[in-house]
Parts: sequence; C-alpha cells; structure tokens
Amino acid sequence: MSDMSQNASNLREGMMASMSKQQIGRVLAKQGILIAFAVFMIAFAIASPKFLSVDNVFSVVRSSAIIGVMALGVTFVVISGNLDLSVGSMMSFSTIVVLDLHDKLGPALAIPAMFAMTMCLGAFIGFLVGYLRLNSLIVTLGMLSAIHGLTLTYSGGQNMDIADKEGTWFSVFGQGTALGIPVPILIFLILAALLGMVLAKTPFGRKVYAVGGNGTAATFSGIPRARTVFYCYLISATCVATAGLIQASRSLGSQNTVGQGLELEVLAAVILGGASLLGGSGTVFKTVIGVLILGFIQNGLLLMGLQFYVQFVVTWIIIILAVWLDIAAKRGKLWSPIA
Amino acid sequence: MTDVKPVLRLEDIVKTFPGVRALDGVSFSVFPGEVHALMGENGAGKSTLMKVLGGIYQPDGGAIFMEDQQVVMAGPLEAKAKGVMFIHQELSLAAELSVAENIYLGELPRKSFGRVDWAKLTEQTDAILKKLNVSFDAKTRVGDLSIANQQMVEIARALTVDAKAVIFDEPTASLTDAEKVVLFDVIADLKRDGVGIIYISHRMEEIFKITDRISVLRDGQYQGTVNTADSTEESITQMMIGRKLDLSRNASHHELGDVALEVRGLSCGKLYQDINFEVRRGEVVGFYGLVGAGRTEIAETLFGLREPSAGQILLEGEEVRIHSPADAISRGISLVPEDRKGQGLVLGMNCRDNMTLPQVDDLKAGPFVAEGAEVAIFDQYRDRLDIRTPGWRAQAGNLSGGNQQKIVIGKWLSMHPNLLIVDEPTRGIDVGSKSEIHKLLRELAAQGYAVMVISSEMPEVLHVSDRIIAMYSGRVMRTFTSEEVTEDSLIKAISGLSDDKAA
Repeated sequence: MSDMSQNASNLREGMMASMSKQQIGRVLAKQGILIAFAVFMIAFAIASPKFLSVDNVFSVVRSSAIIGVMALGVTFVVISGNLDLSVGSMMSFSTIVVLDLHDKLGPALAIPAMFAMTMCLGAFIGFLVGYLRLNSLIVTLGMLSAIHGLTLTYSGGQNMDIADKEGTWFSVFGQGTALGIPVPILIFLILAALLGMVLAKTPFGRKVYAVGGNGTAATFSGIPRARTVFYCYLISATCVATAGLIQASRSLGSQNTVGQGLELEVLAAVILGGASLLGGSGTVFKTVIGVLILGFIQNGLLLMGLQFYVQFVVTWIIIILAVWLDIAAKRGKLWSPIA
Repeated sequence: MTDVKPVLRLEDIVKTFPGVRALDGVSFSVFPGEVHALMGENGAGKSTLMKVLGGIYQPDGGAIFMEDQQVVMAGPLEAKAKGVMFIHQELSLAAELSVAENIYLGELPRKSFGRVDWAKLTEQTDAILKKLNVSFDAKTRVGDLSIANQQMVEIARALTVDAKAVIFDEPTASLTDAEKVVLFDVIADLKRDGVGIIYISHRMEEIFKITDRISVLRDGQYQGTVNTADSTEESITQMMIGRKLDLSRNASHHELGDVALEVRGLSCGKLYQDINFEVRRGEVVGFYGLVGAGRTEIAETLFGLREPSAGQILLEGEEVRIHSPADAISRGISLVPEDRKGQGLVLGMNCRDNMTLPQVDDLKAGPFVAEGAEVAIFDQYRDRLDIRTPGWRAQAGNLSGGNQQKIVIGKWLSMHPNLLIVDEPTRGIDVGSKSEIHKLLRELAAQGYAVMVISSEMPEVLHVSDRIIAMYSGRVMRTFTSEEVTEDSLIKAISGLSDDKAA
C-alpha cells in the first residue's frame, strides 16, 4: 500500500515538473494574441507618431465598434460550434429597416420594431441550425443571399435617407458622446462586458462551451443542445441589430449594401481572438482584442500612406498567420504531418 | 532458439519527456514466428514504445536491432521500408476509396502519363485478399465494410511489403467473437510465415490463447518477459500493477431495498422486444450479451435518448414517460455511457466543469454559476474516487482513461441518482483503475444505490453483479442469480441456445 502511495506521489511530482514547462508554453499560447497586439502597437507607434494620439485611438475604436458589436454575437455562435456568415447582410437589413421606420413611426418605435424583425431572422436561422440540425455554413451562406434579397425588396432598391437629419435625437447612437466618450464605443464596451459575463459566468455560457466542445457529450449530460444553439443565433442577431442601429444613426442614410463583406471581417476578428472554428473555445475578451488588432492594423496601414485597398490583402495575411500560429502552438511545431 | 536471430531486438530503450521518464531501460526480443504480447496499464509506456519503433519518436538512449543489425527509425516511412508494420487500434483508412486503393495508397501501380494501372492494382490486391481468405474483393468501398473487415484491409496493407515484424495495437477492441476468430487465423498464418508479431491487448483471454511470450511494462520500466505457458492471469496482473486483481464473485450480503426500476414489456422497434426486469435498491444487475444484443439501446431508452415503441417504465412503482436526458436526470436516472470520449466528456473542458455539467443550472449564485460550490463538488469526488489530476483546471482530455472514467462516474454520483446505469464501465481502462471501479460499483450497491451494469466482459459481469440478465438479439434469454450462474450457461444464453437444448 505504501508502495502505491509512493507511486502516486512520484506521479504527482512528475506532473508538477512537466507542468512548469508546459505552463510557460500554455501562457505563450494563451497570451500570444496580446503579445502580438503589443508588438504591432509599438511598431506602428514608432513608424507614425500620430498613431497613438488620443484622437486616432478614439477614431479607430469608434470605427471598429460596428464590427466589434457583431463579433461579440458571432463569438457565441462560433464557440457553440457553428458559423454565422449572414451578419453582414443582416446588418444591411437592420440599417435600412430602422431608417425607413424612423420617418414612418418615429425613432422610439422604429428601434424596437427593427430589433424584433432582426431577431426573427436570427430565430429562423437558430431554428434551422439548432432544431433541424442543418449545416450552419450552408444555412447562413444561404441567408446572406436571402436577407440581401429581402432588404432590396423592402427598399425597392432605393437608398434610404432620413428626411430631417438635423432635428432627430436618433443620431445619438452613432454620433453622440457621453462622459467624453463616443457613444458607439460605450455601447461596444458595455455590451462586451455584459456578454463577456454571460459567456464566462452563467450556466448558459457553460452550456455554449459544452455544446461546441462535444455536442454529443452535452446531450448525454442533459444539456438542451438545440435550444442552446438557438439562443446563440438570437444573441448574434441582437448584436447585429445593435450594429445596424449604430450604423444608421451615424450616417442617417444608407445604401442597401452597407454591411456587405463585413461577415468576413467579423469572422476574422473572432478567429484572431483565438476562438476555434471547431467550437468549444474562445472568450469575449479575446474577441475584443481581435477586433482592436484588426482595427489598429487597418488604421496603421493608412497612416503609413498605403492605399485603402491594401488592407484587404493584409487582413487576409494576418488571419492566415493567426490560424497557423494557433495550430502550431497546439501541436508544438510549425509544421507536422500528423494532427 | 539460440541459433535463430530475433527479427527485432530492443536494447535498453530510454525516452524522456519533460518531467517524465516514459521509457526507462526497455529491452526485449521478438523471434521469427513468435507472437509476443506487450502488456501494461495505460500510461505504462506501451504506446510510447510503439512510437519509438515506428520512428515517430526518437529514443534518448538504447538501440533497436533488426536481425542483429542496429537500425535507426528516422520516420514512419523508414520503419515501413525496414519491414515493421503497424495495425492500429484506430483505423486509418479512407472510407470513400476502394479496398485496393487503400491498400496501395501512395504507391498505386502506374502506366504512362502517371495514369493508374487499375487492372494491375486489382490483380495484386485480389492476390493478397485471397491469402487472407476474406469475403470482399478489391473494388469494395472500404466504408461499406464491417470494422473487422476494415481491420483485414489494414492487415492486407501490412502484407504488401515483406513485413518482418507486425505490431497489433488492441486489434480486438471493436471486434465480435466471430470476427476475432478470423483475426487469430490471420495471425497464425503470419506466424507460420516466420513474421515476428507484437500483440498489444488488455484482454487476458486472448493473450493466453494466442501469444508465446509476454513482456510487461510498468511505469515505463521493463518488468520482464515470461513464457505464456508458464504464466497465469494472476502472475501477469501482479507484474503489471504490483498486486493482484480480485475477480471473485461478489453477491450482496446486505438486505435489498425497494424496487427502484421496473420495466414491463418494453420494446423499441427491431432493437429489442418485450423486455421485463426490475432493479432493486442495493443491487447490481448485470446485462451481458454480444454487441448488438440491445443492451445499450435499453439504457438509452431509460435515459430518454430513444422512444420505446411499446411497454412501460416504472420508477418506484410509478409509471413514467421519459422524453429527453434532462427528463431522465430530473427523475434521478444517470447514465455513464459506453463511449467515454465521444459521449461522456467534453475533452477540451476542464475536469470540474465536466463533472458539474448536468447540474450547472442548479449551482447558482444569483445569475452566475457558483464556482466555489463546483470546486467543492469536484474536490469531494476527486477524493472519494481517487481521481489523479493536477487540479480541477486540467483538461479532461489530458487525463488517462481510468481517471476520465472516474470523472464521468463522479459527474453522476454527485447527482445522487436513484438509478445508476453504467455502460461498459471499464472499456479501455488499465487494470488498476478497473479494480477500483469494480470495487466502487459494489460499494454503491452496499450504500443502497440501484445499479445497472452493461458489460461485454464476462469476468467483469460475474464479478460485480448480484443478478445477470443474458440478452440475445434484442431479447432477454435468461436471468441468473449470482449463485446459479456458470460461465458455460451464460455463454449458451447469449448465443441464443437454451440450456436444456444444449444439455
């Protein structure tokens, strides 16, 4: 018996010893995104003195807020093991709808009506992916196109403008400031804090991780898999509606295609933050970092005098690097023929 | 054997990982025509040793000799070129390709312009398949084959090269008894051709049936090699764990309590029909039968994963309908599923979160999960079940099979179930954890739990059960009490033979 406990303690010591080295690796793997962020910031700050000025920082965060708000919702969807490629076109829908209803119902009614309509779309996707268990890539790719059609049908293909742009309090969400901070930034941060807590601290958040990590095991533990996925899409749609609100309020007029292509930027931010596309891992905080990295890099490139269009290519390169380093950290090698 | 050169000789192999000496001076030889068992608990170093042999890891010390020539296995391809072939436990076949394509994957015979020479491919493959005496041909899609036949494809692959040594890693884990017979025939053929065979398995019966010698590892250390004929299960187990595995019969001596579960005429389509049994508090009821006999499906029905087509389920005398696992859990039914990694655990999640997953809605402080209460539950069941982990933050996927299974058991014990169903409690688990889990199941019965155990291992069923229900092809053939059951009658019952006919 004493022999056995001896063995056990040896084992435990062995684990401890191997932990310390592993922990260093794990810290690097975990915080790699923060380190990369810091390196970028320092490099750009040296290259361009304007980069870290308060004005510039605010302007980056403000322009990232729309992508950021959508990325918060998509984080839930991705952790639950699914994709949401419909957020860009859904955001066009929200923007057009709220602008149209603004003049018809007044802003106080237009906003809740728009939220309700957008959430219906999210619920529909959630039903298809969660309850009918259809492939989320196919469903949301299809919805990208379908919602675009819906938006154009709704608007008759016309741009949407608010008639009285000066006399409406509606502009506060996109253009106002509170406590010296632009409102879009406040909305983004408050929503991030709220959803971050939901994901990290509540039973629902735990279920999202379980369903994305191993849906079968979650089912075998009595977790309602379909309902959990459904709620993730509902959260995503709510975030999209919020983003649409900010967008509409900022410009008080919009094209039908205002959100086009944003789904990829949103997904890029979520992946940059380190959420696995297989589901089960990621956090809201990391997504926020991912959003900021993307925003600052795009801004830095502009400040360095590169053409705006270069950012599309650079964004892609960064995503590939992020995904590669993530996998490399997991398998401990930059390249490996197995796993 | 002095004049015969060993096909494979390992000398003093050492492999260390940070903080762990995974292999510490392992030496043994495999002779031509020998079936050499390699045994040890999970984590004893068997897989590490095989990876060293296969060129995936480089040893930190020692040497590998093939026919007395020292060799260095620089990578998997080199191991293959030297005639060392592996039949893996987890199959590595492309389901959509044909048998022939799988066998010659990467080295398909070519014609001009790089075109595949299909005629030659089929011909070569059929020649090999003929040797194996299998029922499928070269053009069969691998995905259409049974697991056993897929294993045959892996073996055929090993035969395409002039294999000197073939390593079988837990080949029978998913085979039926009939399929095992075919596999053992193939091994006998390889043996006759003078191939050296390393056979890794946890199953004692097989080891004693087909191997010539047994080498044992424990904690990375070589414990010795013995002739199979001179050994007993007890002596091998003792070498593996340093003590004996108790497999004596174990009927309850305490009074049984009320009927916790009664099942009347339960049927589910073609899966099982007209099932009747009861489980009382304080007893372990074993379900024994072949794969496909309907045992797991009954468990899944009781856990709300399948709707029965007829019959009644009564919990404490009251008829219930169970529509979902959440339903089952709220009625005090717990299921430790057969596929630990696929159904039991979220491998990427930490141990604590896995353990409290079914009750996460009930452990609340305000709107949040009460993490303190979770840690308390984890600590309690870690101590009670002796779960070895560096702490609750460890990912479940990083634990050994035995400790993973204990997490799953702890998950359900912490719910204080009225009925605990355990499907294959010790599949793929080392001997040490196995006996701990057996002991635990007996203790639970003594504490008044109603326990159903489904197992495909006869010694296990005999060891833990108070009563044994023998199933065959979706029906209950017979219920045995622990006093009256014999191995012989049990085998007859699960093979569909009634006792009187056989007698």
